[in-house]
Amino acid sequence: MTIGDRYGVPAVAVHTDKFDRVVRSVATTSGMPGLRQVFVPQPVMGKSARELRAYVDGKDPLTGRPVMQEVVEGLTRPFDGEDPGAIEFDRSTPRLVESDTAENLVRLFHESHWTDMLPIVLPTEERVAAMLAGTRRKPDEVVGRMRPTHFRESWEYTVEKVAVNAVMAGARPEYFPVILALAASGVSARGSSTSSLATMAVVNGPIRHEIGMNAGTGAMGPYNHANATIGRAYGLLSQNLQGGSVPGLSYMGSQGNGYAYSSVTFAENEERSPWEPFHVQHGLRPTESGVSVFTGCRSTAFTLGLREKHWREHVRNMLRGMDPHTPPTLLLDPITALQFIDRGGFMKKDALIDWLHDTARMPAGEYWDYQLVQNYIYPRATFGEEPWASKLTAAPDELIPMFRREDIHVVVVGGETNGYWRIMGCTYQKTVSVDEWR
Amino acid sequence: MSDTFTVLNPVGFAPKVTRKELAPRLSTLEGKTVYLVDCRFDDSDVFLRQMQGWFGEHMPGVRTVFKPISSVYLNDDPATWEEIKARGHAAIVGVGH
Repeated sequence: MTIGDRYGVPAVAVHTDKFDRVVRSVATTSGMPGLRQVFVPQPVMGKSARELRAYVDGKDPLTGRPVMQEVVEGLTRPFDGEDPGAIEFDRSTPRLVESDTAENLVRLFHESHWTDMLPIVLPTEERVAAMLAGTRRKPDEVVGRMRPTHFRESWEYTVEKVAVNAVMAGARPEYFPVILALAASGVSARGSSTSSLATMAVVNGPIRHEIGMNAGTGAMGPYNHANATIGRAYGLLSQNLQGGSVPGLSYMGSQGNGYAYSSVTFAENEERSPWEPFHVQHGLRPTESGVSVFTGCRSTAFTLGLREKHWREHVRNMLRGMDPHTPPTLLLDPITALQFIDRGGFMKKDALIDWLHDTARMPAGEYWDYQLVQNYIYPRATFGEEPWASKLTAAPDELIPMFRREDIHVVVVGGETNGYWRIMGCTYQKTVSVDEWR
Repeated sequence: MSDTFTVLNPVGFAPKVTRKELAPRLSTLEGKTVYLVDCRFDDSDVFLRQMQGWFGEHMPGVRTVFKPISSVYLNDDPATWEEIKARGHAAIVGVGH
């Protein structure tokens, strides 16, 4: 509520009741515990004008008072005598947890929402010290800052804090540079979005072999210690170092997401890929190691191979099944990567991406009517931001690209037991050097 | 004592909270201009239009301005805030989630 503090304009915020705890928490940690907030029933989305008028004429479901009375009073009732609440409260984080039995400590960690509700390895001084031996970086060095959503404040963390979470996940010290690189990305694997986000982490370069990561059979499943525990560590460090991921308070994913257990962490199968490795596409040398982070993993389409007659149509159908707000990243078994060359002549990833961009089209009228397009793309288009602004001039039945070309990616992974492949709907964020965190 | 363990806290470091002063409230809305700020999320425009209708019926002395933010709600919008500061007296922002 910038308008209320920075610009000196009295303001009231209206929210849906499901967000009671989270918006009060955000107001408090933003230094505005006295922010006037009014609540209406959830959902607003999809309700008719008449139904929403009933919300306006009705009562705040949390207070039982008329909504408009609260709105008007929120703008006119003085703050005199209102207790603004504790502002300068202690938010320090002690280095140690009070000593206790293992059983009690595990219970404390679970009850404090410091785990993913699976068994953890308790981060004793000895175990954390062993993890810290996996990097030359100093324990008190600041690694980065992270937050669960745009509206929350960013929390800071050190190498030691990352090590604590790596131990909890069951990771080995030799994995620690990859985990530090993920932490340094500043990209949370525990985003609080109602859409139930998860991340994907793709590791490239020599580190894959040094720590025994799997890029082949079962690479994306629970069959490799490094893949599994690095991904788990990414999730744990995100929720703890950003200040929490608690349903109803700092996590609002309506359905949740099983991908969040592992953060879909694997190595690219560079040796069997016919194309340039992903990290080289994004600025690193082949001899360097890096980890690439993708967000918004929710939707997956899959099929087997590429049929000679209708492969183009089959791929188009898969792309058309994605929500156009979230771009596609193709996860190709090497068998299918080679098929894309055989069928389409895509000798480079760029050529395949060009074709995918041109193939993924839908009528403009349908495109603009998607809810997420309305929420996140239409506002930018209406104020002239390209390439979306130009799409607004298209007739409703004109076929327009669903995605920006630069948002489409291709990664090769799998053990060639068959040519199954999938499309992950996700957004590439960044590639971070692992070598800098050795 | 052999059964007890000392372990490290896994939680990061929170920034300091600094209290911000909120704008003083108005003595009345009569004769004032109230902006209905549409955060452009999940049909919030439809909702705020209904609220605008309520003001017209129940508080006709209040001038309301329906104002969509300039981009997505994730971005700050100083141009809109400056406009409201210059031309308005109060703001209702919605619908947040």
